[in-house]
Amino acid sequence: MITLKINGFEVQVERGATILQAAEKVGIKIPMFCYDERFKPHGSCRICVVEVEGARSLMTACCIPAADGMVVQTESEVVVEARKEILDLILANHPLDCLTCEQAGRCTLQDLCYQYDIEETSYEGARKSYEKDVSNEFYTADQTKCILCGKCVYMCSQVQNTDALCFVDRGFETHIGTPFEQGIAESTCVSCGNCVSVCPVGALMPKRREKYRYWEVEKVQTTCAYCGVGCQMELLVKDNRIVEVLPVKGHCNEGLLCVKGRFSFDFVNHRDRLKKPLIRKNGELEEATWDEAYDLIVSKINEIKESDGPDAISAFSSARGLTEDNYLMTKMMRAVVGTNNVDHCARL
Amino acid sequence: MELYRSHVLVCGSTGCVSSDSLKIIDLFNKELEKHGLEKEIKVVQTGCFGLCEAGPIVIVYPEGSFYSQVKLDDVPRITEEHLLKGLIVHDLTYKEPGKKEASDSIDDMGFYKKQQRVALRNCGVIDPEILKEYIAYDGYAALAKVLTKMSPEEVVETIKASGLRGRGGGGFPTGLKWEFTSKAEGDVKYVACNADEGDPGAFMDRSVLEGDPHTLVESMTIAAYAVGANYGFVYVRAEYPIAVKRLQIAIDQARENDLLGEDILGSGFSFDMEIREGAGAFVCGEETALIQSIEGRRGMPKVRPPFPANKGIFDKPTLLNNVETFANINQIILKGADWFAGIGTEKSKGTKVFALGGKINNTGLLEIPMGTTLQETIFEVGGGIPNGKAFKAVQTGGPSGGCIPAEHLDTPIDYENLIALGSMMGSGGMIVMDEDNCMVDVARFFLDFTEEESCGKCTPCREGIKRMHELLDKITEGKGKLQDVDKLETLAKTIKKASLCGLGQTAPNPVLSTIRYFRYEYEAHVNEKMCPAGVCQALLQFLVIPEKCKKCGICAAKCPVNCISGVKGKEVYLIDQAKCIKCGACLEACPFDAIKKG
Ligand SMILES: Cc1cc2nc3c(=O)[nH]c(=O)nc-3n(C[C@H](O)[C@H](O)[C@H](O)COP(=O)(O)O)c2cc1C
Ligand code: SF4
Ligand code: SF4
Ligand code: SF4
Ligand code: SF4
Ligand code: SF4
Ligand code: SF4
Ligand code: FES
Ligand code: FES
Repeated sequence: MITLKINGFEVQVERGATILQAAEKVGIKIPMFCYDERFKPHGSCRICVVEVEGARSLMTACCIPAADGMVVQTESEVVVEARKEILDLILANHPLDCLTCEQAGRCTLQDLCYQYDIEETSYEGARKSYEKDVSNEFYTADQTKCILCGKCVYMCSQVQNTDALCFVDRGFETHIGTPFEQGIAESTCVSCGNCVSVCPVGALMPKRREKYRYWEVEKVQTTCAYCGVGCQMELLVKDNRIVEVLPVKGHCNEGLLCVKGRFSFDFVNHRDRLKKPLIRKNGELEEATWDEAYDLIVSKINEIKESDGPDAISAFSSARGLTEDNYLMTKMMRAVVGTNNVDHCARL
Repeated sequence: MELYRSHVLVCGSTGCVSSDSLKIIDLFNKELEKHGLEKEIKVVQTGCFGLCEAGPIVIVYPEGSFYSQVKLDDVPRITEEHLLKGLIVHDLTYKEPGKKEASDSIDDMGFYKKQQRVALRNCGVIDPEILKEYIAYDGYAALAKVLTKMSPEEVVETIKASGLRGRGGGGFPTGLKWEFTSKAEGDVKYVACNADEGDPGAFMDRSVLEGDPHTLVESMTIAAYAVGANYGFVYVRAEYPIAVKRLQIAIDQARENDLLGEDILGSGFSFDMEIREGAGAFVCGEETALIQSIEGRRGMPKVRPPFPANKGIFDKPTLLNNVETFANINQIILKGADWFAGIGTEKSKGTKVFALGGKINNTGLLEIPMGTTLQETIFEVGGGIPNGKAFKAVQTGGPSGGCIPAEHLDTPIDYENLIALGSMMGSGGMIVMDEDNCMVDVARFFLDFTEEESCGKCTPCREGIKRMHELLDKITEGKGKLQDVDKLETLAKTIKKASLCGLGQTAPNPVLSTIRYFRYEYEAHVNEKMCPAGVCQALLQFLVIPEKCKKCGICAAKCPVNCISGVKGKEVYLIDQAKCIKCGACLEACPFDAIKKG
């Protein structure tokens, strides 16, 4: 254990813990754009700088290990000045489109400018301007709004392991792109949307089906129903309709989702969605009750079993069912019907 | 072994090769054969002599006659006069600027007098492509000593005791770094050499690779033995083809002769190495970016810790040193730590190679003991400022160094002193500026470079250097305000304090040092809209001095935009400032000095 002092508070942490982890222990908040505990420390944005007594330069709390006897100030004059300068520099190269920007309300840049009273940039001069990449089915990439925190690149390369994104060019021209600037559709991107989820600003955005503001939605945490992984997610609901899905850091998914969980929720409110069983009568599908449907299934199974034996029957279950449901299904087929003819869509 | 009565040394390094020194070598050989001298006189292709500006250079020993800017036509003359008859061809030997006569021997030249060559000792002396020549100058004796008589710990202790510090810029104690790497846990360790040399104008590393490549092979092997590594990488920029070629020759020769590879010199110790060519990004010289580049990734600096000594190439403990640092190692082993520690100042031991350039008589590469003053370096070794101009400032440490003014010329050069003056050692670039340089323009010039070379990873460097550059543009264009100078200063300080790597942490140095020492020049630009040095185009005015104007009209005839009006013989000429493009043609054309720049 090592002991250090942050803003006058003494705190003990394990060797190897960062200044940030130590600060969290005593409830001190440090602003961050680029940190994510799932990535290797990279220290890109520099907004988390703090003052360490005796150090030549400022230290990034998110990636510098705490040391015994360290004396840290997280909101001293030098620190606040540096943070304001960094925000000023970001704004000098960022369109202030908050009025129409879909990220508004969920945007770290907006929040930090509010926190440090930065209304506008003090610089005039060149600004970046890139064409928005809309080639992906599910999300857009607007490099003009990107603050180059690097999170999307590290998410894709270190966590998602797809390596679709990379840094392109150098200096002021640096931007996020795909290899050989072919565009996202031509890249290896699997549309998992995990980069979109970690983008702190409105550079990577889901393609919206309808208009909503983040402060208008109700959040419902649930388990993804698509497959047996059981990812945790948050449904953003407006007027009783799901408008977006965000990942939640659950046990099995650590804040990740796949393309289905993240982007495929349209079916919930789709007009073609089946809500009641249908039975074909005289060549036409007609709505029925569940009791009618079950009765029909049982009678058909018995009929076939009688005439052709149990192996003339097979069951095919869905990956969207729970593990328990799938277990029950096989049990029923083997023990009740008497056949091993069971299969599952995830095998395909 | 044949004995020759005379040696003709011809520089075969990049500078001289580009002015055809290889053809000169061929011609000398032909001429010698023609006169039947080939058994008496030997032509040697060597590394760089340092005074590249005067190249191609040919030195004839034993006299030490220094022939400069030798042309193919001169070769028969030197052969017939000097080599055949023993008469030095005085009109072809190098006359140092400011001296009345050319020196007969290299030993009398001011450029070499104060120099002490340790890292460059073999450059310009031996043929780098011949292993025997290196061995004749004690080559591989240090390696043999280390492998047979010293334990790895003793080697580390010797380097520590020598006081050698990294020559790549940071000045970190080399022995300590070796100790950290040797103590780091891991069964696989690497030794790497930083030969990226990204500072424009610096070429000491190239010079060692081209002129004495075996020194690097030997010293890296010693380092590997000391830290327990069995494999090494040399990261060289691809723009150094001759260096790459000669180093590869040296590696191959060492392998063939049991000096590299399995069981070196029968000692049981094995070490091998390879060259990795970099694509020439300045930031790839930064150690963590260099490691990423060797691993095949985009060269972007990483957060430290972990330091390369613990987690370097492929996350294995890695010892990384600069070429010049390595070039000192075998000498320290052979001559002892005390010998090395006896050179230099209290905290900066040994010698340092500098690449002197800018407004200086002797442009080139020089090696001087640490503690030599800037004054001695510039005015004695460097031969002073050309054309009788006044010295204004010297920028040390490459594009991120600071500009040091005349009042600090008596400072002894060492790591701490340069930092205290707002500059740094860097890799040893030294650019001299005279009264004609505008310091605001100088600062802007260096930002051109660092702005483009920023890797783009962190906010202060990527965005901040751009804004500093824009503010300087504004000031040099005469659109600046006094607040802009203050803004520039606070921004520069934040970039220094908050950037991730050395590039961002040092890039503001030219700005901060010029504001510190030449604030009046900034103020003149913003307050009086004037560039005192007469450099910033937008602030220049060309004016006809009515009392001096002879009404000849020559200026008007020369003006490319026809903005000078007057009547020949009758009226004093007048320049229309709104139309003038400030080309300076009128100033040059006027035979009566009636036009002034202000
Ligand atoms: C932007 C930047 C560029 C650098 N370029 C070089 C270089 O070209 N050559 C070099 O040896 N060191 C360079 N360095 C220093 C290296 O990071 C490192 O400190 C050095 O190679 C270590 O070797 P040394 O201890 O022998 O000096 C650079 C550092 C920075 C921040
Ligand atoms: S990204 Fe954030 S700061 Fe930028 S326009 Fe959108 S909401 Fe505003
Ligand atoms: S959507 Fe997923 S795969 Fe595609 S770029 Fe983003 S993280 Fe990578
Ligand atoms: S797109 Fe978003 S996540 Fe990616 S670097 Fe830019 S701001 Fe960061
Ligand atoms: S479908 Fe995708 S998001 Fe849903 S649980 Fe499976 S892996 Fe997770
Ligand atoms: S300081 Fe500059 S070069 Fe260094 S990591 Fe940051 S952006 Fe890259
Ligand atoms: S400086 Fe050039 S453009 Fe201006 S008056 Fe003289 S000649 Fe004409
Ligand atoms: S949050 Fe620490 S550097 Fe970005
Ligand atoms: S290159 Fe020939 S003297 Fe330097």
